[in-house]
Amino acid sequence: MVKIIFADHSGTEREVDANVGESVMEAAVRNNIPGIDADCGGACACATCHVYVDPEFLAKTGEQEAMEQSMLDFADGVQENSRLSCQISVGAELEGMKVTTPESQH
Amino acid sequence: MSADQKIVIIGAGQAGGQAAVSLRQAGFEGMITIVGDEPAPPYQRPPLSKAYLKGKLDRERLFLKPLQFYEDSNITLKTGVSAQKIDRAAKTVALSDGETIDYDTLIIATGSRPRALPLPGAESSNVFDLRTLSDIDVLKPNVQEGRRLLIVGAGYIGLEAAAAARELGLEVTVLEMADRVLARVTSPVMSEFYQKLHETHGVTIKTGAMLAELQTQDGAVTAGVLKSGDVIPCDLVLVGIGILPNQEIAADAGIACKNGVLVDRDARTNDPSVYAIGDCAHRPLVHYGRDGRLESVHNAIEQGKIVAAHIMDAKRPVEDVPWFWSDQYDVKLQIAGLSQDYDEAVVRGEPTTNSFAVFYFRSGRLISVDAVNAPAEFLTAKRLIAVNADISPELVVDQTKTMKDILAEAMAGQK
Ligand SMILES: Cc1cc2nc3c(=O)[nH]c(=O)nc-3n(C[C@H](O)[C@H](O)[C@H](O)COP(=O)(O)OP(=O)(O)OC[C@H]3O[C@@H](n4cnc5c(N)ncnc54)[C@H](O)[C@@H]3O)c2cc1C
Ligand code: FES
Repeated sequence: MVKIIFADHSGTEREVDANVGESVMEAAVRNNIPGIDADCGGACACATCHVYVDPEFLAKTGEQEAMEQSMLDFADGVQENSRLSCQISVGAELEGMKVTTPESQH
Repeated sequence: MSADQKIVIIGAGQAGGQAAVSLRQAGFEGMITIVGDEPAPPYQRPPLSKAYLKGKLDRERLFLKPLQFYEDSNITLKTGVSAQKIDRAAKTVALSDGETIDYDTLIIATGSRPRALPLPGAESSNVFDLRTLSDIDVLKPNVQEGRRLLIVGAGYIGLEAAAAARELGLEVTVLEMADRVLARVTSPVMSEFYQKLHETHGVTIKTGAMLAELQTQDGAVTAGVLKSGDVIPCDLVLVGIGILPNQEIAADAGIACKNGVLVDRDARTNDPSVYAIGDCAHRPLVHYGRDGRLESVHNAIEQGKIVAAHIMDAKRPVEDVPWFWSDQYDVKLQIAGLSQDYDEAVVRGEPTTNSFAVFYFRSGRLISVDAVNAPAEFLTAKRLIAVNADISPELVVDQTKTMKDILAEAMAGQK
């Protein structure tokens, strides 16, 4: 179990236990975290699982593939620390990571 | 909506599951019962012909929500039970377990079923469908290196299965009745691209191929015989020749149906207490000024949300441009909009590079895009179609401009 904290855009935080090997998106959906729609179920096809990663952890979330980068390019409110949460695999190195969901997923 | 209201959802799939989740999210406090004839809780089908078939995804990871969610959310989930009859006067649904349940509001989310192969032998033990988790679970032990797989029908699902099977080392032959693969759903440029892609990966594709007979031995198919006389020996057969909406339960109750259960923009049928959503619904397609039936995750989720909003008297969510995706080998296709009835198609990029997009126009308006490893083209077109933007074929193929530039230029011209 790896602790991940989801904050919404207003600052409300929810802590979840993520399983090693699942994606951050799956941990969110399993725990009914609002603000992550994940319509495509992790196929990197919908960009409705956009999150902002705590900058301290950004490097630990791994490399972005070209597909993810292009999808994010067109997401609303992208920032330096934007990721598609379905493309971040949970591992022990992410213990305590905070991610923030954007105001909308479009 | 008061707390003593009872909502019954028939069909525990992508749409039914979404409707239940959205109702609770919107604060519905009454009873929700989901009746599903499959043994599993609502799950995602897309991985069935992709990662799950390849053995790369555990079963639980297909579920939309873990079982515990339904308990925690006070949603009664009856799996392995089918709804058999709707009595609209009494507002009840009769179930296969003998129970009859009351509803104030009924949501029909029965999905669709595979069209059966109309040939003797189609019931054989080694002929498989590609629709449910159980279909894949019985298929999977048969998907073994070196076996000869015959796939009937070259639609997206059949081709995805072909790709997965090649990756698992099977010998694969795909039969298509039309003169090209994906003939019903896309343009010749795309068909040619996918045919080549599969051939490069060692799949044998036969177009214009009518399956005339299945040869069987001891209850198993041993070969497919074509009208042309060609005999294709095989160890197993996968059937992917389209789907039919599960509308009978609605039609039998006198609810209007026409290639699906007819609904309005709020997903309501001609009975104000009955809604229909997902694959089984025939709905207005607001971006196209007509109606039709969609077979996609986007549609199931969107209508699940629409129904919840309408029941809760909330604003209808904005209808998105229909979209779909397909993964084959390392090629990701993303489709925005509906390309049927296009009168002009232009290609941005080079199909030989495995990254390109086909933009479809009708009467000078952009109506759809097929984007192959081209997410920028997909997302741009989706936005442009949503606002019915005035954009020319010349502009979308102009590769001196990025899709961002093109989007900005077209949006600026909007008003
Ligand atoms: C192999 C495969 C791959 C796919 N890939 C993609 C993809 O990549 N992208 C995409 O967008 N879409 C894809 N789709 C389509 C997508 O999965 C469907 O459009 C979606 O599942 C439709 O949701 P639904 O809830 O309407 O129907 P379903 O998910 O089919 O759910 C309907 C449920 O109702 C049950 N039911 C029917 N009648 C009754 C009854 N009388 N009583 C009780 N239960 C009943 C059915 O058994 C079923 O469980 C794919 C589909 C398949 C089969
Ligand atoms: S869930 Fe669709 S892109 Fe992440």
